[in-house]
Amino acid sequence: MTALDIQNLVKIYQNDTYALRGIDLKVEQGDFFALLGPNGAGKSSAIGIVSSMVNKSSGSVYVFGHDLDTEVVAAKACIGLVPQEFNFNGFEPIMNTITNVAGYNGIPLREAKKRAEHYLKRLDLWDKRGAAGRELSGGMKRRLMIARALVHEPRMLILDEPTAGVDIEIRRSMWEYLTEINEQNGITVILTTHYLEEAEALCRNVAIIDKGQIIENGAVADLLSQAVLETFVLTLYNNIDTLPDIAPFTIRRRNEPNQIEVDVPKGESVTAMIDALNQKEFVVGSIRTKSNRLEEFFLRLVGQSDDQRQADGQEPDASVDNDGATR
Amino acid sequence: MNYWHLQWVAYVTLVRKEVRRFMRIWVQTITPPAVNALLYMLIFGGLIGSRIREIDGFAYMDFLVPGIIMMGIITSSYGNVVSSFFGTKMQKYVEELLVSPVSNATILAGYITGGVARGATVGIVVSIVALLFTDLRPVYPLATIAIVLLTSIMFSLGGLINAVYAKTFDDCSIIPNFVLTPLTYLGGIFYSINMLPPLAQKVSLFNPVLYMINGFRYGILGVSDIPLWHSFAVILIFIAILGTIAMTLLNRGIGIKT
Repeated sequence: MTALDIQNLVKIYQNDTYALRGIDLKVEQGDFFALLGPNGAGKSSAIGIVSSMVNKSSGSVYVFGHDLDTEVVAAKACIGLVPQEFNFNGFEPIMNTITNVAGYNGIPLREAKKRAEHYLKRLDLWDKRGAAGRELSGGMKRRLMIARALVHEPRMLILDEPTAGVDIEIRRSMWEYLTEINEQNGITVILTTHYLEEAEALCRNVAIIDKGQIIENGAVADLLSQAVLETFVLTLYNNIDTLPDIAPFTIRRRNEPNQIEVDVPKGESVTAMIDALNQKEFVVGSIRTKSNRLEEFFLRLVGQSDDQRQADGQEPDASVDNDGATR
Repeated sequence: MNYWHLQWVAYVTLVRKEVRRFMRIWVQTITPPAVNALLYMLIFGGLIGSRIREIDGFAYMDFLVPGIIMMGIITSSYGNVVSSFFGTKMQKYVEELLVSPVSNATILAGYITGGVARGATVGIVVSIVALLFTDLRPVYPLATIAIVLLTSIMFSLGGLINAVYAKTFDDCSIIPNFVLTPLTYLGGIFYSINMLPPLAQKVSLFNPVLYMINGFRYGILGVSDIPLWHSFAVILIFIAILGTIAMTLLNRGIGIKT
């Protein structure tokens, strides 16, 4: 079953800026899906429309088959949202924050309290249940918003930059939890993120949006197979006076002494690259990837998109996210 | 889940949240109207009122008290919804409601009930204060309660509309300071319009607050400058107009959606 079906979705803000230029997107039930794009690409507008926080200009959105225009209650009941910005009452005890949202979803107080206890314990916030939201740390606030989004047990969880500003330990634990609810509870998870390694580690499918248009959509594995090269950083035991020619690999010098960067084209192995260096009497001490493959792919795509738009005579920065008034 | 059950639970949740909010900050929400009322009754009712002759057959203090109670109800109902809904909007937790399957009618009903609850609470507290100065026994209790509830609803709706359009905290205080207070003071709290010159009497009839204060005074004392049904008619017409505007604003997402 299709969890989210977006058809020809357009968002034009009052100052005639196009945030979305007729996007089509399908996310299947049970998927772990990433919506990627640079700032101002239209991610937040798309998520805002799906979660009813932004008015669309035209197009259709179906959530588990429910039309967001005509079956609003059924569609909304399927959605849990973790927005980018903290949007809870900072003066309210966090237990009330959770039970209030449960109530807005039709869950009576007694049941709401049980569920709040479950999710607050699961997200390590139970000890803080009486604290006001503003007293929590940044990581705790993020977890509070996840607990709040899950309290009505939605079939689809949408997370807009869920790990922004969160330290690595909490980020990893959030990854584990999101994977768990996706795999064990079957909740469809859609996330936007700037951390491309996050998308690569968690998601099965990905769409890349730029300037209000979907420019790539498919399985992460398929997209990664399209990556034309991967860059490694090597530390050598030798002094590097002149860079050797080890085609088809491309070598660049780095600022750090005895370090080089080597591009390994698609189809070539890392072993072959190290062998080629050894033949030139360079001994490799250590090796690491410079950036993940999805990031390389993403940057290449977004760069191409900009080039294409400029070639078409369009202004590359004609889109905004969600800071205009609606038309 | 049954649609109506969902909306009912959401409504109860909203009302509980609203009541908890104004009770949590009772020093800001309940105490000031009580202190104001005490001062008005002391100064105008006690010190100055003792030198004023009877109005409509009642001692000035007795005449004054219904207006003072109604003033507290009006400002508290309005103030509760405007500050609560504006805070919800500014701190962005209005998004909790937008994302949830709660209908706009339920959101409106929840906030209006919160405003009515605060208005009624303040009305009760001010009435208790008034008992220090006068014997408060409503002649027509049902009319009194009906006027209180309808007036609270009307001003709560006004507060919500104000909050929807407000962009800063200053915007929340412009209407109460420059519209509501003058209308209330000139709405017959301190005097009967029969004491005014003919032209001023006619102008006063365009002040909607006059109908509420006189309707309430009729419920408490059994006397009024205008017929009771005029009071109900004016309040109901305003509720219909303001209710329609408020629902339209929520349905269009003005001020709360981009």
